[in-house]
Amino acid sequence: MIRKVVANADVALEGIQDGMTLMVGGFGLCGIPENLIAALRQRGTRNLTCISNNAGVDGFGLGLLLETRQIRKMISSYVGENDEFERQMLSGELEVELIPQGTLAERCRAAGAGIPAFYTPAGFGTEVAEGKEIRMFGGKPHLLEHAFDADFALVKAWKGDEAGNLIFKGTARNFNPMMAMAGRITIAEVEELVPAGTLDPNSIHVPGIFVHRIFQGGHFEKRIEQRTVRPRA
Amino acid sequence: MALDKNGIARRIAQELRNGWYVNLGIGIPTLVANYIPDGIDVEFQSENGILGMGPFPFEGEEDADLINAGKQTITALPGASLFDSATSFGMIRARKVQLTVLGAMEVSDRGDIANWKIPGRMVKGMGGAMDLVASAERIIVAMQHSNREGESKLLSACTLPLTGVGCVKKVVTDLAVLDIDPERGFILRERAPGVSIDEIVAKTAGRLVVEGEIPEMSL
Repeated sequence: MIRKVVANADVALEGIQDGMTLMVGGFGLCGIPENLIAALRQRGTRNLTCISNNAGVDGFGLGLLLETRQIRKMISSYVGENDEFERQMLSGELEVELIPQGTLAERCRAAGAGIPAFYTPAGFGTEVAEGKEIRMFGGKPHLLEHAFDADFALVKAWKGDEAGNLIFKGTARNFNPMMAMAGRITIAEVEELVPAGTLDPNSIHVPGIFVHRIFQGGHFEKRIEQRTVRPRA
Repeated sequence: MALDKNGIARRIAQELRNGWYVNLGIGIPTLVANYIPDGIDVEFQSENGILGMGPFPFEGEEDADLINAGKQTITALPGASLFDSATSFGMIRARKVQLTVLGAMEVSDRGDIANWKIPGRMVKGMGGAMDLVASAERIIVAMQHSNREGESKLLSACTLPLTGVGCVKKVVTDLAVLDIDPERGFILRERAPGVSIDEIVAKTAGRLVVEGEIPEMSL
């Protein structure tokens, strides 16, 4: 077995440098690598390009790295929940590239699957199609989209083992598996790190081959963005 | 009288058919789940990675790891499944989801839709809307007939940046149910209870076809 365990988030981030491109897992605040984000803030790494579906909220998630001006560019599908984000975007401090969510997911998946590019119908006839090759398949126009290239992928899983195998819970899976596959170096933080042999190999969502470093997060706040409930009858 | 949001949702729910997988957008579309007709079994897909989405949880049972695409806490029904975002949009692009219901700022009489960007205002992003409208087999738009300024949202051509072209087949507004035939325009099918054809004609800027008797919606 190849051991992937590192001591903590800070050790896990070794080698991350200013100007690098990072993938950061999560949908909204669900399934985000909150320990790695906190450690990255502590390290003060700057001029980062972050590929992440959303940009966190003020004071949590990637919002923490926006506050400290560590992010130069966001590549996302939806970014509306963050005042500081809006301020930096409107003032031109922050570059933003908006991508249809399915295309974002597939550009991650392609990167982790050795597929350099693919065609998708999403965005045809819109500004997303500007400058892109259009090709007809089955009488329908499709856009050529390219795989991402990320120096590091920061992902969060529910359980993981010493070999780097990952299991996700609920909708916290979202972008994490494809990003884990796509990173040149993939770091996984997990809620529970277990010895090899503990997890059922049939139930692994991401095989350890894709994960280079793994650690158990010290603290998970798991903040809820929109708490919605129904009355008890 | 014009329908309220729940009325629009209730009318759209009548379009559901047994065995359909359905994706509901944020806003009025979400309300459709409250009005599933008796005897109709459908399964709701949320593009962040769940099929078989259930109602909001009871207080105290919220799970931070179980949300919908609107980031609201939800529950999973028996038979639900969970998956990653690439798989989720795979089932959308491959047309496994039979119906998509979403809101819009503008719809054209050729079926174009604009619902993600207003130039000069903060742009939040398209989320999954472009993927959904580019691929969905059936798209129903749920929206008000006019915007807050009283201008028609049913146009001959969208003025706002597009989300998709030639994709919308049906629109349900507070005033009417309309099909879209790209050759002929909006085809008036039903009107909200007590709403006159004249009012719908006056508030529809795009090409509008009114043929024969136009029944009131039965809700």
